[in-house]
Amino acid sequence: MALMAITVLGHDRPGIIADVTATLAQRDANVEDSSMTLLRGHFAWTLIVGTDASVDQVAADLAFLASDDLVVSVLPVTDEQQEPDGPGSSFVISVHGADRVGIVAAITGAIASYGGNVTDLQTRLGGGLYVVVAEVDFAEPMDAEVLTTRLRAVGQTVGVDVAVQPADQDVL
Amino acid sequence: MTPLQVELPDGVVREVVTAPAAVLSEPCLPVDPADPDVVRLAADLLATMDVSPGCVGLAANQVGVPWRVFCLDVSAHPKTRTCHGRFVMVNPQILQASRNEKAREGCMSVPDFTGDVKRASRLVVTGQLPGTGEHVTLTTDAFEARAVQHEVDHLDGLLFIDRVVSAAAIHKRKVYLD
Ligand SMILES: [Zn+2]
Repeated sequence: MALMAITVLGHDRPGIIADVTATLAQRDANVEDSSMTLLRGHFAWTLIVGTDASVDQVAADLAFLASDDLVVSVLPVTDEQQEPDGPGSSFVISVHGADRVGIVAAITGAIASYGGNVTDLQTRLGGGLYVVVAEVDFAEPMDAEVLTTRLRAVGQTVGVDVAVQPADQDVL
Repeated sequence: MTPLQVELPDGVVREVVTAPAAVLSEPCLPVDPADPDVVRLAADLLATMDVSPGCVGLAANQVGVPWRVFCLDVSAHPKTRTCHGRFVMVNPQILQASRNEKAREGCMSVPDFTGDVKRASRLVVTGQLPGTGEHVTLTTDAFEARAVQHEVDHLDGLLFIDRVVSAAAIHKRKVYLD
């Protein structure tokens, strides 16, 4: 069985998920991981699907969505998921400030320069307030205070406050 | 305060059940704390917890036994404030819970995921000790309160997944070497 990544994008309407999953079920295609969100009426869904069908077959099955002006892409998944293999660390990074161009670029550019990988990201604009929440993994241990100091300095250059919390997970 | 530590026989390490398993999704049954099988189970829970790295508590149904018994030991955890040590409680019942706090939890029975869960940070729980059957009531907070609620949830047939705060609050567990 092969894995493929499917994305569905477009204007929201009730029943998109039901239509897609019913079509995939007819192919015996199994939705494994998926994440959907709605941004101002714009529907965005990414699915990792396991199936014996070909990419072309699945794309053809889902072609009916084009009549709703939904954009569908189907791509093979070739790379294995990389598990962290060292003593790494994870953080939730919150950013907020007056809206302007370049906030996300400045913060994520800094994170990348320290070897951090963004694994989850939400950005929201409400009123004049811009909010970013990102989950970031570092393969190497990263000190929360050092990271806070560095990101606050970067945040100052684009006028935002930055808070860093360790993404602790406690096994109970 | 009543000491919760009681004499128990040497326990045997049991295999930890992982989801999906029916025994994790059904409420556990009240038991007689003086029943020798319950005493043995109490010892086995402690033995299993002791050999599991990072494990701070285990419910009986996590070793496949649908009885209302759990063990706990948060004494080594950095988020612990009040601490009652290493103990087993039979037929636990939560009397008071207040001051919710959100934190990310994992579970030995759900090894691939973590979830953001709100739990009371002030807790009063009552139950019985294995063997003696003595009734005890403990008042706790912080991490011990969270752990007790997680274990009592197990005994009620609930996993942390049943309590996540939002659709975005379930995560793939990150496994790092210490
Ligand atoms: Zn658990």
